[in-house]
Amino acid sequence: MALVEKNGYDDAAFRVSEAQAGDYLALLKPRVMSLVVFTAFVGLVSAQAPVNPFIAVVSILAIAVGAGASGALNMWYDADIDAVMSRTANRPVPSGRVLPGEALVFGLILSAFSVMMLGLVANWLAASLLAFTIFFYAVVYTMWLKRWTPQNIVIGGAAGAFPPMIGWAAVTGHIGLESVIQFLIIFLWTPPHFWALALFKSGDYGRAGIPMMPNVAGEASTKRQIFAYAVLVAAVGVLPSVLGQASVSFGVFAAALGAGFVWYSWKVLRMPEEDRVMRPAKALFGYSLLYLFAIFAALLLDAVAARAGIAVW
Amino acid sequence: MSVMEDDRVNLTEAQKKARRNRSIALAVALVGFVVIMYFVTIIKLGPSILDRPM
Repeated sequence: MALVEKNGYDDAAFRVSEAQAGDYLALLKPRVMSLVVFTAFVGLVSAQAPVNPFIAVVSILAIAVGAGASGALNMWYDADIDAVMSRTANRPVPSGRVLPGEALVFGLILSAFSVMMLGLVANWLAASLLAFTIFFYAVVYTMWLKRWTPQNIVIGGAAGAFPPMIGWAAVTGHIGLESVIQFLIIFLWTPPHFWALALFKSGDYGRAGIPMMPNVAGEASTKRQIFAYAVLVAAVGVLPSVLGQASVSFGVFAAALGAGFVWYSWKVLRMPEEDRVMRPAKALFGYSLLYLFAIFAALLLDAVAARAGIAVW
Repeated sequence: MSVMEDDRVNLTEAQKKARRNRSIALAVALVGFVVIMYFVTIIKLGPSILDRPM
């Protein structure tokens, strides 16, 4: 009789990997990462503090890798629900190209690496904020909120809102009111953005058992909440100008962008219950991406002009 | 043919190609990291990097 009875090796654990480097890159969620890089860069530039350009670039890289690491941890944990949603079924883990354990180790190593890098290159406040962001996204949002409450993306949205604050802290060593406003813009933008998606993808989320707002509170309530958040985003969007942190031109531009957001949300609010094509919801989803990019691009232009000493009205 | 040889895992062409692809990516990442740390050290420490009192 053998001492060890159990010798049935788990096939998956002993499989030789066929994962390409590109599959590991996909674990970092490059599209989310690009938004993180952009908003962190705006936070960093708008801080108006002297910084070596190379240090700035490496800080942004560390923030990007940290965001990517939290994406990999998210894909490790969510592989079961990703497999049943059309939008995510082809991700590296549910498709079998990368093993769950590989994604977990990859995410953990990059998390530790990015936080230490940012601490050494910039400062430990920025590094702590990055560590908190990774923890918030991977543990608080992914493991806890996402499958438990329809407020998942409202609270979880904080994770996506931190990058400009981290960029700001990387060069100043503190958290300024300006960076808190940039945080709020992304934080309040997240619910209407994801709920617009959830409206026309509610079947997907329902199959995966994720309690998104349309599946739990119904479409009518979701539409009202989208509209309320859109009004809040539009109001917060002009704050940098009102508080004298940005030019009046920025304020006018932000007000126009905000009015667009409210208008598209109004169209969603007026969308009839029997409309299954949901063109207004798709339009709002598209516009929300444009909104976030445009308002941060305007903040960046404003900050660059101020740095260059160009007077902008 | 010995028993030892039977125990070895023979990689398929696809597996070899994937391993090579990963190895190259890892090498590029490591070289990039070394270059970054070199310049960060120079920038952060500056001339004091040569200041080593006995």
